[in-house]
Amino acid sequence: MSRVKQRPERFIDETGRRLDGRLPDEMRPVDIKVGVLSNADGSALVSYGKTKVIAAVYGPREPPQRFAILPDRASLFVRYHMAPFSTEERKSPAPTRREIELSKVVREALEPVVLSELFPRTAIEVYVEVLQSDGGTRTASVTAASAALADAGIPMKGLVAGVAVGKVDGVLVLDINEVEDNFGDADMPVAAAPDLGLITLFQLNGVMTIDEMQRGIDMALKAISYIVEKEKEALKGSIEVEAE
Amino acid sequence: MSYTPYRLPVVSRVKSESLISMLKRGLRSDQRDLVSPRNITIEVGVIEKANGSALVKLGKTQVLVGIKIEPGKPFPDTPDEGVLQVNSELVPMASPVFEPGPPDENAIELARVIDRSLRDPKAIDLKSLVMRPGEKAWVLWVDVYVLDYDGNYFDASMLGVMAALMNTKLPEYEETESGELIVHRDKLTTPLKLNKRVVLVTTAKIGDYIVVDPNLDEELIADARLTLAFDEEGNIVGAQKSSIGGYTRSELSRAIEVSRKASQIYFKLLDQALQLGKQAG
Repeated sequence: MSRVKQRPERFIDETGRRLDGRLPDEMRPVDIKVGVLSNADGSALVSYGKTKVIAAVYGPREPPQRFAILPDRASLFVRYHMAPFSTEERKSPAPTRREIELSKVVREALEPVVLSELFPRTAIEVYVEVLQSDGGTRTASVTAASAALADAGIPMKGLVAGVAVGKVDGVLVLDINEVEDNFGDADMPVAAAPDLGLITLFQLNGVMTIDEMQRGIDMALKAISYIVEKEKEALKGSIEVEAE
Repeated sequence: MSYTPYRLPVVSRVKSESLISMLKRGLRSDQRDLVSPRNITIEVGVIEKANGSALVKLGKTQVLVGIKIEPGKPFPDTPDEGVLQVNSELVPMASPVFEPGPPDENAIELARVIDRSLRDPKAIDLKSLVMRPGEKAWVLWVDVYVLDYDGNYFDASMLGVMAALMNTKLPEYEETESGELIVHRDKLTTPLKLNKRVVLVTTAKIGDYIVVDPNLDEELIADARLTLAFDEEGNIVGAQKSSIGGYTRSELSRAIEVSRKASQIYFKLLDQALQLGKQAG
């Protein structure tokens, strides 16, 4: 993991490359594997560079909390959680206010694509663990959750993926890592379902002009289409392996 | 763990359809057009024991904000800054669907959106809250109380926070020879230093329409909501999409544009309300 604790003097060098050698609109290597756990109905392991996230799906099944039953659709349960060893300094496993908010935001990123009305009175549960955090964990979580839902055979209108756009040295940069997130000027996580043309997660932490925000959204959407293709490849690959 | 809300009030299909057919004609149930917020009143200094306070009414939604300033320690990574703590309570009296207990995900989201919208654009001069770098600093507690909920507690809360911060005063203090602090809570003299003002603008997407400052019925039938934070120069200093739907690319652009215009209305109303408050005081 990077050990940079201080604000770097500059984020982008003379050749226009970032601290880790990427160009402003370049993603880190994306890797997606599905069916990585045996007990869960569906699972996925997603990495964006050093950021590693695992997601598992159970359901549709009886809701863990009886009171949460909805008569006309399945309830979606989502937990976003960071492993104690995922961060620079050990993180207490007790859920923080940040994790409570992000669980909600990730759930709301998935709600528009899950065909929950097919399973009234049930629960579809999504458990996400951040195994290693190097920026963009919530967006990688959306990608992992989407792949795990599909791996579980949950009917969906489309796949979702996420990526964060940041701003460093006044330049918009795609898929920010931890240093760019901590010391940069803005962090704008976006998730979308490209096949539906629907943006399902949208946040901004930091300061942008309207023009920067508009360009940042387009930058994110382009990357999201690429990540969703990766999800599809991983899912197709897993079916072919099963067929053999 | 977050789960699909199960206790929301139900809007009848008749009402929902009539609201949408009104939107088609550019009208809303409370006589507004699509881009105007509800009537706003702001009363400042309503809690004498607080360092700053404000009661905001945005239509029928009411939010009370209290600011308390307590002596404390700076965080180790920011030794030259005071500490900002934002908390919000959706108290059970405010709505038949709010429950007692520790803040739920909605209350936590509200507090965190306000916190980020103050912190990221450096709206408060936190450096002015340091007494001795690394050792002693003021802790600024911002407590947001949603008292009556008729939709859009985001915008109402932020107006309340801004109004309360603008009339917040720091207490006088002395240091004894042994380095202890004596705080004179009854002597509130120094106004809190603010660098800039920020407002939140929430829009709801209902079918093909984007409406500013949704009331409760509108929130309940909306596909999704977007809350944007603006400074007075028109920069976006925070964003949060919420609720279970999504936005197309062009809807998102429209919501951003409509919100930017509405932010100017909020700044104007904030000015007016505070001036009226001064005259009355």
